[in-house]
Amino acid sequence: MEYDVIVIGAGPAGMAAAQSAQENGAKKILLIDRGMVTGGILLQCIHNGFGVHQYGEMLTGPTYAQRAYEQIKDKKEITLWLDTVVLTVTAKKEVTCVNPERGVKKVVGKTIILASGCRERPRGAIRIPGQRLAGIVTAGAAQRMVNCFGFIPGKKIVILGSGDIGLIMARRLTLEGCEVKAVVEICPYSNGLQRNISQCLNDFDIPLYLSHTIVDIHGRDRVAGVTVAKVDEKMQAIAGTEFQIDCDTVVLSVGLIPERTLINNLPLQFDALTGGPLVDQHRQTELAGFFAAGNVVHVHDIVDYVTEEAMIAGKFAALQAQNNVVGGRRVQIKCEKGVRTCVPQFLFLPDVAEDVKLYLRVSKFVREKHLVVKSGNNVLWNQYLMAGRPSEMIMLDIPADSLQNVTDEITVGLE
Amino acid sequence: MNFFKEADVVVIGGGIVGTAILRELSKYKLKAVLIEKEHDVAMATTAANSAILHAGFDAPTGSHKAVMNVRGNIMFHELEEELNLDIRWTGSLVVATSDDEMFSIKELLARGKANGVQGLKILSKEEVLKMEPNLQNVKGALWAPSAGVIWPFTACVSFAECAVQNGAEVLRNVECLGFVKENEAICGVETNEGVIKTKYVINAAGIYSDVIAKLAGDDSFSISPRKGEYILFDKAVSGQLVNGIVFPTPTKKSKGILICTTTHGNVFIGPNANEQDDREDRAVTAAGMDEIIKSARKLIPDLPLNKTITEFAGLRAVSSTGDFVLGKSKINGFYNAAGIQSPGLTSAPAIAEYVVNELISEAKYTVKENFVKDLPRRKPFLRMTNEEREERIKQNKLYGRVVCRCETVTEGEIVDDIHSSVGATTVDGVKRRCRAGMGRCQGGFCEPTVALILARELGISATEVMRSKGKSPIYYPKESR
Repeated sequence: MEYDVIVIGAGPAGMAAAQSAQENGAKKILLIDRGMVTGGILLQCIHNGFGVHQYGEMLTGPTYAQRAYEQIKDKKEITLWLDTVVLTVTAKKEVTCVNPERGVKKVVGKTIILASGCRERPRGAIRIPGQRLAGIVTAGAAQRMVNCFGFIPGKKIVILGSGDIGLIMARRLTLEGCEVKAVVEICPYSNGLQRNISQCLNDFDIPLYLSHTIVDIHGRDRVAGVTVAKVDEKMQAIAGTEFQIDCDTVVLSVGLIPERTLINNLPLQFDALTGGPLVDQHRQTELAGFFAAGNVVHVHDIVDYVTEEAMIAGKFAALQAQNNVVGGRRVQIKCEKGVRTCVPQFLFLPDVAEDVKLYLRVSKFVREKHLVVKSGNNVLWNQYLMAGRPSEMIMLDIPADSLQNVTDEITVGLE
Repeated sequence: MNFFKEADVVVIGGGIVGTAILRELSKYKLKAVLIEKEHDVAMATTAANSAILHAGFDAPTGSHKAVMNVRGNIMFHELEEELNLDIRWTGSLVVATSDDEMFSIKELLARGKANGVQGLKILSKEEVLKMEPNLQNVKGALWAPSAGVIWPFTACVSFAECAVQNGAEVLRNVECLGFVKENEAICGVETNEGVIKTKYVINAAGIYSDVIAKLAGDDSFSISPRKGEYILFDKAVSGQLVNGIVFPTPTKKSKGILICTTTHGNVFIGPNANEQDDREDRAVTAAGMDEIIKSARKLIPDLPLNKTITEFAGLRAVSSTGDFVLGKSKINGFYNAAGIQSPGLTSAPAIAEYVVNELISEAKYTVKENFVKDLPRRKPFLRMTNEEREERIKQNKLYGRVVCRCETVTEGEIVDDIHSSVGATTVDGVKRRCRAGMGRCQGGFCEPTVALILARELGISATEVMRSKGKSPIYYPKESR
């Protein structure tokens, strides 16, 4: 079976990509997801705050997912395969997937959009010493347990890491009757959004220990407590600063990693910092016809931008499937001077220039700087930045006019 | 006296040694019962070790360790097919990085030959680098083609299930608390469930084997736990590490910190070796991790430390005698298979054969004619061809639903592992059998789901499902309002 576009993952990115592919003329679109319904991780995010940019409203995760689903559900061009896991994807764009009713199916796409989201970093990735016990869960797993399965993971909670899910879970678990004893963050700043620090910790008097980490986990079968210590500038524990917290559960919110298992063996390059594949502004990877969108490219803090980005991927995948592609050349974008990551990592410069949006993250907290985009010595774009923090993505809209004078490699940095 | 069960032989301990013994006993016309204090087999030393089937050049010639190792290695080559074991016969390298170490590996070669190990030879630097191109500082190596790496959990379960298939019994959550004797001979085992009447006891209690021996009146040896810590890497970086088994040149204390690819393609580094008193402390330590990282870097300086997925530690039962403690004790009816540290995994079937032979020569049980040596084939979904998968899903739809994405484990496999004869009862039990939760996300995604599948299949509440040992629930009920 051949499709114009095969979209892997029907979370916000996959649904938007499929919608956009349909709107841009693709006739046969296959959208695959492992869940029993569409929505992906949004389904377990029952707090609100989603959709401010896309819909001008504060929605919950499931409502946002429902809105996205409404856009695709009656489209005859879109076939939806749920309860289906993709086993392999080849460079020839053959997708092998499995489902209890259909069995193993091999389908081929003219283009593929990978929208497989991200996964959580486990305890082992950060090598916390201590026993291997019950009661150590990732924040996302805790969220699913509480919001989808109707249980709590424990009663006395310490959260390691102050990423957004960790913060959201501090509030959620408190509301469910758990005692959240502390949020412990190794960095001198939180990795979550400011609004979440305020609404999820401060409002509930949950202490946030910055520049601290867990150095030992105690207990025999189930967690009985943790030892926390202050860390120095190199994030090494400082001897003598240790203190104990009595708890039965450790919730880990120590980072999200693009879920790129399916494409690990394809001839693609990956960004060492975002963890995702390198893409151009159309979200096309280096392998023609392979697109990627959403958290598999880079982890977003706001879902609205996932949708926005996936719309671009869907559009250009559809155009490519219809052989409606324009010529052009690719130049690399290099991050420098305080800019940590930039997506896209390449610019595709078509013969007729188009507007481009860059999604950036800074390396550390900055104030009153300019974001400067250059090609050689030629300044393409200069934008004032009042404040930037590593946890918040910064967008740069560069109009087509400014990209006329690109000669060679583009750099983006703070000045 | 009331008995809750009667047996001819009771095996204490459900690790690889105890289950191998149980299987060996099930070849004879006798009633064999294995008791294990934990909720599952393979819970202690069998659960956390290097998983290597050693060639047999390490131990002093003539020791039990040397004899059992060489014999066990040969036996595993035969058992692989019968028990459907997961083994990669990779061969092993002992790498020398200096002239002194070159001298040491030549000594190992001589000892190996004396122990009866086949195929050993010294390789040049070039030959080593052809096999393991990522190694640095290599001068040469001892090559042992008969070594391999095994998946120890399923091996242990397979031994147990083969024994059960032949009439033996495995009782889990049953702990030995003492012995009943008559005329100085063992006639019963006291447990938390009551007394099991028996004629013989075989002690395969691992870390606790000295405690059990003392309860029976045998104080001929003691055990000191020795901790070994490990770091496991994501499969994605195996190509930057090793293809097979790479040992450094050994020291007096241990075989050293090795680098090895498991049967499933993950590379691990470890173990270190630290004595301790505590028989339950399996905590990974910051100092221990630093130690193994530092040591592994001597052979591979550029370790991808941002791609580790888990760390774990195991305890090895080191005997005061310096060797395995095998066979008849001074107590009538009480046999030991104790002090089983490395190369215990490799030696397990040979130890079983040795101890059971000794028991049979005394007890004169006769061989069963109808011993069924082959276990039913079960191939993991991950390793099936698409045609095999199609076929399997037609028989059981649950094989079409992948629960663990990282290791591609289906609901069908999980359910089958729960309902097999020595089935999984906990989330860890499922993980050890079919690998759901063993991958790069370490169960972050599938563990809550696996717990719900266990609850459904076992007919219990989700809050009663344990992750692993003791009281280790995954779920607590929400407070009622």
